[in-house]
Amino acid sequence: MGREQISTQELARRIRRHAVEMTSRGGSSHVGAVLSLADIVAVLYGRVLRVRPDEPRWPGRDRFILSKGHAGAGVYAALAETGFFPVEKLRTHYQDGSDLSGHVSHKGIPGVELSTGSLGHGLSVGCGMAYAAKLDGKPHRVFVLLSDGECDEGSNWEAILFAGHHKLDNLVAIIDYNKIQSLDRVSRTLALEPFAEKWQAFGWAVREIDGHDHAALEAALTEIPVEADKPTCVIAHTVKGKGVSFMENTVLWHYRTAKGDELEAALRELEGQP
Amino acid sequence: MRDAFVERLMELAAADPRIMLLTGDLGFGVLVDPTPDGTKPRYAERFPRQYLNVGVAEQNMTGIATGLAMEGRIVFTYSIANFPTLRCLEQVRNDAAYHGANVKVVAIGGGFSYGALGISHHATEDLSIMRSLPDVTVVSPGDVWETQEATSALVETPGTCYLRLDKSVAPPTHADGERFELGRARLIRDGHDLTLIATGGILGEALVAAEDLAMRGIECRVLSMHTIKPFDAEAVVSAARETGGIITIEEHTIHGGLGSAVAEACLDAAALPGAFSRIGLRAGFSSVVGSQQYLRSVYRMDAPAIVRQAETLLGRAT
Repeated sequence: MGREQISTQELARRIRRHAVEMTSRGGSSHVGAVLSLADIVAVLYGRVLRVRPDEPRWPGRDRFILSKGHAGAGVYAALAETGFFPVEKLRTHYQDGSDLSGHVSHKGIPGVELSTGSLGHGLSVGCGMAYAAKLDGKPHRVFVLLSDGECDEGSNWEAILFAGHHKLDNLVAIIDYNKIQSLDRVSRTLALEPFAEKWQAFGWAVREIDGHDHAALEAALTEIPVEADKPTCVIAHTVKGKGVSFMENTVLWHYRTAKGDELEAALRELEGQP
Repeated sequence: MRDAFVERLMELAAADPRIMLLTGDLGFGVLVDPTPDGTKPRYAERFPRQYLNVGVAEQNMTGIATGLAMEGRIVFTYSIANFPTLRCLEQVRNDAAYHGANVKVVAIGGGFSYGALGISHHATEDLSIMRSLPDVTVVSPGDVWETQEATSALVETPGTCYLRLDKSVAPPTHADGERFELGRARLIRDGHDLTLIATGGILGEALVAAEDLAMRGIECRVLSMHTIKPFDAEAVVSAARETGGIITIEEHTIHGGLGSAVAEACLDAAALPGAFSRIGLRAGFSSVVGSQQYLRSVYRMDAPAIVRQAETLLGRAT
């Protein structure tokens, strides 16, 4: 299936390179958000998710939902690099007539479970999938990746209450906690802290890790559930724009598209990575 | 209507374990046994594995329903008035409808069913809003039989559907052996002077009006338009061509609902009715409260109002 052939470090590097190229080609936003979650998605697709690229609807697969749909380019890249569809298709991203929309879409894209783009939808759908697996006694797990800013949406907290109440220990919420949202830092917009304690108070087991440390990610996402009868929340501390020095930790690169010298500089930096 | 719906759903759920019902914490005595000693088991007690009270959280309810549907279930979401539709409209649109998920949204309390509770509970824009969503079937039955048959039909209809139920019911009019078909209007009585097209329990007012008009020498065709989408344009065009005019009757805003759909169907087919009038809510929000019957009277949607409108339309007003 090819997915064991490259390391998660190499997969993450390719996701980042694709993200910079795809957003540049399409003139689209959100490159910072994709760079932020590249390591999480690489470890998921490289080491964690039980999926079959040649049989994307395999009933026993783990379900993965990207709730922060604006980082769809990162998931498209991961799917292409792990064999769900040809890598060349990524060139159509954001182009006229393409089905690779800026926000992740399932139509015509093998491996995408749920189209998102409006924030605060993924966790509820994940709850339904996890509840169904419990009813049916099935062992697969449901992973939902959210952004930090997305946690402003009240619908998430409805789902967090539900999952805790129903002890959905086959459900994992991963927070790409890069501390920057659309217009400003999270702490200056709508503070989430004490964040881990909020999830714990809602009945979740919480792990806080460095979201760019592949060993830590793999350990946190593999040992599920962390606590019996509790859903798991992995708060992954990340850096927005990670991997391209001038994109790191800025609000600007939530929106800006790399062109010309910036594009070349970004790609050079990414080539220099392990 | 809601009891007819729940009774039929219990029959269906007994036969098909894929069926699930999610409620947003409503349905005392309807879904849930109201007795302290558990002597009247309802859906919740009879089908615990096919039932889930998600709490007062309609956005989450609709998302969960989508997730369950994606895993092979046929999921009904249940609440009152605008809660399972407008409160979570984006979840209905993006999650359920866009994914073709087998989610059946059920609202009890259509129109002015909960008229005395105030505008939060007046469901008077739902048909036009739900009708505009792609890939959503919209059903608004008029009597008990239509409600039961529609419930069965929705289980057989893939994808996302909306079932609007109201407190009032028209008297039974179905013939023995009559077959219910989604998207096909029911011809309840025939006449050539005028056609009355109604949706929902207000069909009862149309039937009373038709009786009254017959005594005044005006013979009406009456159509029950229980399905708003897909829409039976053929029945409408026939009414425009074969009868003297059309009056539409809905307990709903006149903007975008049944009356609009009828007008669109006529114009699209270049079949202009000899006369045309839409009976529905024109006043905007109703800050006046009262029973369903009272508000129908205030807003001129009841049988006497239909009779007056028919006579005016045909130039026979006295």
